[in-house]
Amino acid sequence: MARYAMAIDTKRCVGCSDCVAACQTENNVPIGFCRDWIVEEMHGQYPTLDLEIRSERCNHCADSPCVRSCPTGASHYADGGIVLVTPEECIGCKACIVSCPYDARYVHPEGYVDKCTFCIHRVKEGKDPACVSVCPTHAFIFGDLEDTNSEISKVLRTRKNKTLIPEAGTEPHIFYLI
Amino acid sequence: MKNKVKRREFIKILGAGTAGAAAGVSFVNAFPASKTDSAKLLQTNSENEITPTYCEVCFWKCAGWVHKKDGKAWKITGNETDLNSQGRFCPRGTGGIGMYTDPDRLKTPLIRVEKNGKQVFRKASWDEALDLVAERMKTIGEKWGPECVALFTHGSGGTYFKNLLRGYGSNNIAAPSYAQCRGPRAEAYLLTFGEGVGSPERTDIKNAKCLVLIGSHIGENMHNGQVQEFTEMVANGGTVITVDPRYSTAASKSKYWLPIKPATDLALLLAWINVIIEEELYDKKYVEQYTYGFEALKRAVKQNTPEWAYPLTTIKPHVIRQTAREMAKAAPSVIIHPGRHVTWYGDDTQRVRAGAILNALLGSWGRRGGFYAPAKAHVKKYPHPKYPKPKKNWKDAFPDQFPLANLALSSGICDATIPTPDKECSFKGWIVYGTNLPQTLPQPEKTLEAIQNLELLVAIDTMPAEITGWADVVLPECTYLERYDDLRISQGRQPSIALRMPAFEPKNDTKPAYWIAQKLAAKLGLEKYFPAKTIEEYLDYRLKSIGSSLEEMKKLGVKNLAPEQDLYFLDGEEYEFATPTGKIELYSTTLADSGFDPIPKFTRHEEPPDGFYRLLYGRAPMHTFGRTTNNPILNDLMDENQVWINPKVAKEWDIRNGEYLVLENQDGKKSNKVKAKVTERIRHDCVFMVHGFGHSRKQMRRNYLRGADDQKLISKVKLDPIMGGTGMRVNFVTFRKEAV
Ligand code: SF4
Ligand code: SF4
Ligand code: SF4
Repeated sequence: MARYAMAIDTKRCVGCSDCVAACQTENNVPIGFCRDWIVEEMHGQYPTLDLEIRSERCNHCADSPCVRSCPTGASHYADGGIVLVTPEECIGCKACIVSCPYDARYVHPEGYVDKCTFCIHRVKEGKDPACVSVCPTHAFIFGDLEDTNSEISKVLRTRKNKTLIPEAGTEPHIFYLI
Repeated sequence: MKNKVKRREFIKILGAGTAGAAAGVSFVNAFPASKTDSAKLLQTNSENEITPTYCEVCFWKCAGWVHKKDGKAWKITGNETDLNSQGRFCPRGTGGIGMYTDPDRLKTPLIRVEKNGKQVFRKASWDEALDLVAERMKTIGEKWGPECVALFTHGSGGTYFKNLLRGYGSNNIAAPSYAQCRGPRAEAYLLTFGEGVGSPERTDIKNAKCLVLIGSHIGENMHNGQVQEFTEMVANGGTVITVDPRYSTAASKSKYWLPIKPATDLALLLAWINVIIEEELYDKKYVEQYTYGFEALKRAVKQNTPEWAYPLTTIKPHVIRQTAREMAKAAPSVIIHPGRHVTWYGDDTQRVRAGAILNALLGSWGRRGGFYAPAKAHVKKYPHPKYPKPKKNWKDAFPDQFPLANLALSSGICDATIPTPDKECSFKGWIVYGTNLPQTLPQPEKTLEAIQNLELLVAIDTMPAEITGWADVVLPECTYLERYDDLRISQGRQPSIALRMPAFEPKNDTKPAYWIAQKLAAKLGLEKYFPAKTIEEYLDYRLKSIGSSLEEMKKLGVKNLAPEQDLYFLDGEEYEFATPTGKIELYSTTLADSGFDPIPKFTRHEEPPDGFYRLLYGRAPMHTFGRTTNNPILNDLMDENQVWINPKVAKEWDIRNGEYLVLENQDGKKSNKVKAKVTERIRHDCVFMVHGFGHSRKQMRRNYLRGADDQKLISKVKLDPIMGGTGMRVNFVTFRKEAV
């Protein structure tokens, strides 16, 4: 079994939002909503400053509060540890939206809850997710953590990295190289 | 008394049917072949059909594929073999599909008419609209001479209108990208090295060990290949030195950020040159073999020490020395980036030349990790008859001015359109292709005054931009995704070409530029300048000259040809530069001959008065200025600009982050309301905003009155005496909270 994850290099990312635009077109995300977004975190005072730019999305947590809180089972773990929502089973109650510490979900105008799918439709064809494949700065590494020789396993061993809000205890699977 | 010419009113382009009925005359399709082509593509049942294109959202022209799903527009991706993009588009290119889907696009030709004493647009057929243009062009040609028609152009389709205008007898062809953008850079490099930097820039960033960004915000400007090489270089541990009053994205990735006082960059450059020479850090062999005027340079910069530069720039002397040594350590794999938009203070050719001189001292021109020798494919032109020789050109309006301007000045043509007592008006007709002059040229009021003096203003555009509201005739072009265009033949490490073909049928009653220009030529009796019957025939002819064909390119999209020359100088290679001395001119003989400083000299620029802040402007990665701010996908990424204000300044004015303000400049010109971004990322003596917002046209529903237009606040310019560039960073603004 694979365990998919993403490593995102904050040293490379320039915050261009191409990953957001690519997700929008690839997955037909309606205008006004998004499955991924950019956060700029600034520290310091002029002129000693530090800026971290992050492309954020669903963390495909191993211990997901959204899956736990979903009353219908629409939110579930799929192959490779990917957290998915089955639109037909979703009743739009928003319990998952409230429980997600990352604010990764939104209600699609058609009534169901939507979020990042790790582009499972592409991954199945052996392709990288859309955001990964488009990023002009090559900030992303997508791959299988079970495979110790995968590029992502290697980079997580060699580069300093972090996850977001680890104290929520959800075991997020988006890693930021810092 | 002379009759007062009736003022041209600004007309809003209304929705279908409200401004008079369409004339119902159908047009002849000059390109039946293209029609069948894309019709065929539409019919195939394949889930994901792809058509080659190259992007038109900026001048980088990345090549890619347009994907359709079930016959509908889906997405655009990069072509893996394309050297400009390495198969990865930037956000604007990815969002390019929104150019096609935008419901606010121009839909039909429009003609200005008077109705009940009011000027309105009426929908017209292509025949009617082009007849009117041809008729007025003929009148102007007979009455004033064809030279009195000027073309302003930006974008791929401009080629055909240039051809048309030259055939008609005018050489007055201007692109705002010269005098309002990179003209000083072109001239400065030409004066120094005998060659320009070109586009995409010949900077070998991926192999550089040190990159100096002075007036370049890579990462916020998404010039694709350049951004890719920049991040590669940073990831490989290269040293970046960013000089910017603002903590730009690039600054955040740099080893050194030098928050320079605006308008003093030339002082820093001269101090760097001083250190490099005084500490003997320059490439002695290279300087001796390739350059001219070293001793004169040495003498000239003698007093430009870091201590001299410190009070001007606010950059500490030890930082100036340390960064100069970093450059020398990396030499010759070091680049003082030439910048791109360089029309700032009126001494811009000189400032850019100082950077060029620094590059020469460090020996980076023609060296790995510096500037490489670009290659370009040699594609035959489609033969056409010789153009008539124009009897006058725009320069006649400016005797003895801007002697070294190699291209026409948009601002100059604009000035020469306004009659003055001592000169008869030179321009009577403007053809404006793909450039929104009121937001592109500084001093928009002057642009509008010039427009009042025209007998013909034609706007060819895809969107109802401001300029269309002033036109007599509006010609709606289809987007780049719905048309063929000329081949992309861009410079790079390897010669390459790319094809753009239509992925979709033109929406509504829109037409490709080639078709429009060819039709108009026929109406003017100039069809001989468009000898190829169809654009496919034109492209195929050109492609065959390099052993390819249209058929082949439809499948490949991109073709990379074998490199013909070395990228870098061979060790000690003899080389003759295309300058008067045959050397890299540290001392410019051309400038000396024309009465300008042969070596750049620092001049002080005016400072903002109390309570005012210098207005700086720039880019955001998801927009190409006003061209994209109404694009549904890109507007969704950023739908308004903000004005960056230092927290200390904000405190003084009691401005809260996120609050809306109005900016007012030194001449009392006010902006639309704009949100304050209170941030440590900017100095206290300037403010910054992204250009391309604050549109005034309701027809562009997404960007209408969103954010502020910096151009409105640029009521003052400082002209570059060498080449006529309009320095625009000489305006100061203050805050007006009550005006919101
Ligand atoms: S596409 Fe890449 S560089 Fe651009 S914002 Fe996303 S992660 Fe960052
Ligand atoms: S993995 Fe796919 S769905 Fe998730 S953010 Fe990236 S493009 Fe969107
Ligand atoms: S850099 Fe971006 S906008 Fe410019 S041509 Fe390339 S993809 Fe298009």
